[in-house]
Amino acid sequence: MEPIRTLRSRTAVLPVSDVDTDQIIPARFLTTTTREGLGQHLFADWRYGPDGTPRPDFALNRPAAEGCAILVAGNNFGCGSSREHAPWALTDYGFRAVVSTQIADIFRSNSLKNGLVPVIVDPATHRWLLEHPGAEVSIDLETATLRHPAGEAHFPLEPFARYCLINGVDELGFLLGREAEITAYEARVGIR
Amino acid sequence: MSTIAQTLFEKVWRAHEVTPETADTPAVLYIDLHLIHEVTSPQAFTVLRQRALKVRRPQLTFATMDHSTPTRTEQVFGGAPIAIEAAARQVRELEVNCAAFGVELLDLRNDRRGIVHIIGPELGLTQPGKTVVCGDSHTSTHGALGALAFGIGTTEVGHVLATQCLLQRKPRTFAINVKGQLPAGVSAKDLILAIIGRIGVSGGTGHVIEYRGETIRALDMDGRMTVCNMSIEAGARAGMIAPDETTFAYLSGRPRAPRGEDWERALERWRALPTDPGARFDQEIDIDASTLEPMVTYGTNPGMVIPIGGAIPERPGDPVFEKSLAYMGFSPGQPIKEHPVNVVFVGSCTNGRLSDLRLAASLLRGRKVASGVQMLVVPGSQQVKREAEAEGLDRVFLEAGAEWRESGCSMCLGMNGDLVAKGHYAVSTSNRNFEGRQGVGARTLLASPLTAAACAVRGRVTDPRELM
Repeated sequence: MEPIRTLRSRTAVLPVSDVDTDQIIPARFLTTTTREGLGQHLFADWRYGPDGTPRPDFALNRPAAEGCAILVAGNNFGCGSSREHAPWALTDYGFRAVVSTQIADIFRSNSLKNGLVPVIVDPATHRWLLEHPGAEVSIDLETATLRHPAGEAHFPLEPFARYCLINGVDELGFLLGREAEITAYEARVGIR
Repeated sequence: MSTIAQTLFEKVWRAHEVTPETADTPAVLYIDLHLIHEVTSPQAFTVLRQRALKVRRPQLTFATMDHSTPTRTEQVFGGAPIAIEAAARQVRELEVNCAAFGVELLDLRNDRRGIVHIIGPELGLTQPGKTVVCGDSHTSTHGALGALAFGIGTTEVGHVLATQCLLQRKPRTFAINVKGQLPAGVSAKDLILAIIGRIGVSGGTGHVIEYRGETIRALDMDGRMTVCNMSIEAGARAGMIAPDETTFAYLSGRPRAPRGEDWERALERWRALPTDPGARFDQEIDIDASTLEPMVTYGTNPGMVIPIGGAIPERPGDPVFEKSLAYMGFSPGQPIKEHPVNVVFVGSCTNGRLSDLRLAASLLRGRKVASGVQMLVVPGSQQVKREAEAEGLDRVFLEAGAEWRESGCSMCLGMNGDLVAKGHYAVSTSNRNFEGRQGVGARTLLASPLTAAACAVRGRVTDPRELM
C-alpha cells in the first residue's frame, strides 16, 4: 500500500444516499479471480446506458468530474455486501477518499486496507460539499482534517488506521508479528 | 472471574482476545471457524502465495461453493458445463486452492454442499460461543446459535487464513427486546423487516445486536437464523441470540457437533453464555410482535418497508426517495396490494431452510402458480433439498407449476444465471432489494415465504392470510 499523508483534489459529487455495494459494483462482475481492472465496472448500472455507452447525466461522466480523487456521496455510503471489489473498483477508477455522513462498517474496514480514506463529516460540512461539486479539497491524515474553501472539519480516524495509511503499513505484517501471542493463546485454549 | 455483569457479546469477545485493544491498536481476535467460498477467496489465496504463507489452521477452515454456482440440475449433476465461463473458473480455482492449502471443501457435486450460511449450522460447525467469519456479509446468520459471527472483506480473509486472527475494534452493543406472540401468517421474516423499518438501514452501524425476549425464545432455529441473517441490513456488525434448550436440541447429533463427554462439557460452557442480569447495552429498543402484520418492501433498500395492507409513503421534496420509487415504478400513496408480480423466488440464506419451504408449500398445496408468473424454489442446501423431498414438498412445488432447483444463492444476487428481467417485479424471500440486485433493472419486493407463495398463487401482491 502506498503511504498517504495528504490528499488534494477537486471533488466529484454523487448526491445519492444509502449507496450500497451492489451499486458500486454489481454482482455480475464478481466472477473475477483478481483485484485489478475493476474501475471500468464502477457504478456500471448508473454509469452506462443499456447499449454500454456512458450516460451523460451521471455525475462521474460529466467532464468536470474527470481526474477527481475525492468522491462526495449522500448519507450512509457503502452499505450491503462485504465485497472488497467495491473499494478495489473505486481505487482502480482513481478515487483516494470517500466523504459521507456515515460509512458502513465492512466497507470502511475494506477501504482502509486499500488506501481509500473513509471520511465522515458533520451534516453542515457535508451539505456544503454536496452543493459545491468540483471544490478544491484537501485531506490531511496527520490531523484527520478535511479543508475546503469555506472551512474545515475533523473526521474520526483511529490512531492505528492513521498509522497504517501514513506509513503504507499493511495489517497482515502486524498480525504476523504477533506470532508469539497467537501461539500462547492457542496453547491456553487447547488448539493444536 | 469478573463479577461485572456482561452481555453475551462481551463474553464471547473477551474469550477470544489474543491481545485486548488499546488506545493505539485494535484487539487481536482469535477466529474459531473460517468459512470460505469461491467469490471472495481467490485474491486472498493469491496473497498467501505471493508472501509464501500457509493456512495456519486448516482444520478451522471450511470451504463451499454457492454464489456463482448454477442451480440447474443439468449443470450441477448432468455433465453440462457451467454456463458462465468466469463462474466455472472461480469454481475450479477454489478447488485448486483448497487442495493446495489443505482446506476441506464441499465441491459442486457434494451431497452436503449448500449456501455457506445454511451448511455451517446444519453440519454443526457453528456452535455457541464461537467466533465465526466469512467473506460474506450475511455471516451474521450464525449469531442465531450464540456465536459472534460477522462478514469480512477479502484482505481479512487472507489475514484469517494466514494467522487465524483479525484486528478488530470492539463494537458497541444494541439490545432489541421483542415481546408478544407473532400473529398467524406473520413470521420471523416479517419481524426482522419490521425491525429494519424501525431502526433504518444504518441504525445498527458500529453495533452488535442481541435479539432478546419471549418472542425470540419462542422462535425455532430456522426463524432465529432468518432474524440474525438480516442484521447487516440494519447496518449492524453482527446479530446474536443467546443459546438455550432450542439451540442445544438443534445441535445435538449434528455431524460436527461435539459428542459424548465433549458434548456435556460444551453444554456447561454454553449455558454460561447468556447475558447476565443487569448487564448494560449501549442502545436498547422494545418491539411488540403481537401487533405486526406481514411486511413487504416497496423501495430499493430493506428499510423501505410497509405492512402489506399499507400504502407507499409520501415524502415530497426528497429526490432520493423519488428516484427510488421511479426505479420501482411506484407512486407515493399507492397501495402495494394487488400490484402485478412477474417472478416469485423462495430461497437464499435468509429463507432457504426447511421450515421456510414448508411454509411456502403450505399455501401452494392444491393450488397453482398464476399463469405468466415464474416461481423458483431453491433449497438452501442439498440436505434441505433431500429433507424437503422426503416430505414431498418438491411435488407440491412442481405440481403447482414452480421450478425446483439444486441449492445455491440463485436469484438472491445476479451472478449465477438466475436473473429477473429488466422492469419485472419479483417477490423474493431474500435479503436485498437494491437496484439491480436480482438483475439489471429488476424490481425486488422482499417478503416472507408465506407472502411469496400467496403472491405466486394470485400473480399479485397478496396478504397470505387471505389464503390461509
